[in-house]
Amino acid sequence: MTEPATKVVMDAEEISRALTRMAHEILEANRGRAGLILLGIPTRGVPLAEKLAAIIAEVEGEVPVGRLDITMYRDDLRRQPVRKVGRTHIPAPLDGATVVLVDDVLFSGRTVAAALDALKELGRPAAVRLAVLVDRGHRQLPIRADVVGKNLPTSATERVVVRLAPTDDTTEVRISQERA
Amino acid sequence: MKHLLSAADLSRPEIDAIWELAEEMSEVQHREIKKLPTLRGRTVVNMFFEDSTRTRSSFELAGKWLSADVINVSAKGSSTSKGESLRDTVATLDAMGVDALVVRHSASGAPAQTAQWVRASVINAGDGTHEHPTQALLDGFALGRHFRASDPDFDWADKKIAIVGDLTHSRVVRSNVLLQQTLGAQVTLVAPPTLLPSGVDTWPVEVCTDFDAVLGEVDAVMMLRVQRERMAGGFFPTPREYTVGYGLTRDRLARLRPGTAICHPGPMNRGLEISADAADAAQSLVLEQVAAGVAVRMSVLYHVLSGETAATGGSKERRSE
Repeated sequence: MTEPATKVVMDAEEISRALTRMAHEILEANRGRAGLILLGIPTRGVPLAEKLAAIIAEVEGEVPVGRLDITMYRDDLRRQPVRKVGRTHIPAPLDGATVVLVDDVLFSGRTVAAALDALKELGRPAAVRLAVLVDRGHRQLPIRADVVGKNLPTSATERVVVRLAPTDDTTEVRISQERA
Repeated sequence: MKHLLSAADLSRPEIDAIWELAEEMSEVQHREIKKLPTLRGRTVVNMFFEDSTRTRSSFELAGKWLSADVINVSAKGSSTSKGESLRDTVATLDAMGVDALVVRHSASGAPAQTAQWVRASVINAGDGTHEHPTQALLDGFALGRHFRASDPDFDWADKKIAIVGDLTHSRVVRSNVLLQQTLGAQVTLVAPPTLLPSGVDTWPVEVCTDFDAVLGEVDAVMMLRVQRERMAGGFFPTPREYTVGYGLTRDRLARLRPGTAICHPGPMNRGLEISADAADAAQSLVLEQVAAGVAVRMSVLYHVLSGETAATGGSKERRSE
């Protein structure tokens, strides 16, 4: 595969700094860790949620962290080849909790909309927040993130790729031109 | 995956994908709200030309929990009893625009034939003495869970499975043999000589007519139902004699290795092919099989009905994203 023109927009250190700030913002908005549940959206949202939970654990103590697969709730299942469905793990009862959904890139907002649908059937959280590492704009739905690692102006044809160790061999955010 | 007609059509990655999703779906089974929006707006028709409560209700629940619209057509009271041919019946439903036909028929090959006539996806829910692929998938799913409980990294190639009973008339055995062939397990078929299917020597299995000889060396026994209607066929002298030779009696149960899984596709004839002690034993997977049935069929419906190729159903229209 020939690599198209790409640019690293966040390196490992910047990502680490952004995550530290995001963890503090989550705690600040929630006034502590009470009632917090972090749910990562597969694939890259899961390690991000775990990293955020680890930082929160250092500052204030443990918070439950799990994963929410939203494949079965997507509205574009019929437009793509059969998707592999991932695991869902809800670490604590959602009723009355403050759920923070964690994803790598916020783009159209459809993934988050699907996640909200999925959550609705698993319980009734007191509040749902959204934390993303990169907000690249081009929303198609009225959805915004509460906590953002980096706002990244992009054109709709560009691709934003988040890579995280240990899932990937490096930790970086890269922007590249979509292959034609 | 457009159709599911035979267990032989499934590759190992496809089987694993179906089981992986079934694992997730069995969690949905324990939720308060057993509903996923995945197949909203899609229509599944259960066409059961043969009586079946368990398979039909299992497919019906699977479709409904995935939000598909499910309708049931039974042979009794349908236009088939008025003399309409299978071809016209399925073509009529197909013309209404349904997305999947789940077909149970007493004629071997009916679902495969149907698949050539219609635009919709076809799932074989048991045809004659031929195949019953979703049963094999759920048997394997329940067995896999059982084996994994004692050894998370078990390999199918190390497992020995005995399938015991009326092999000639069983579609369950054919699908299981084909599925286990892909998985790599060693299968031994056990039956009286009168109930061995012709051509069994060409199957990738060992054949044995002495149940007692294999008892101590298998990891699972799958008992097949003795169909009452076969008893008059002269395949074995008396039910009592069948039980003595091939039933999983209390005595045989005691001679199985500890932890040997016991499967039965149901409905069971207690006291005939399986004793009450064996059916209710701790290592009996009978109820797990039923529970797995819904989860596995949800997964099969997902794999057949979601995705681009299935959605366009052979039509030329395609959206570019």
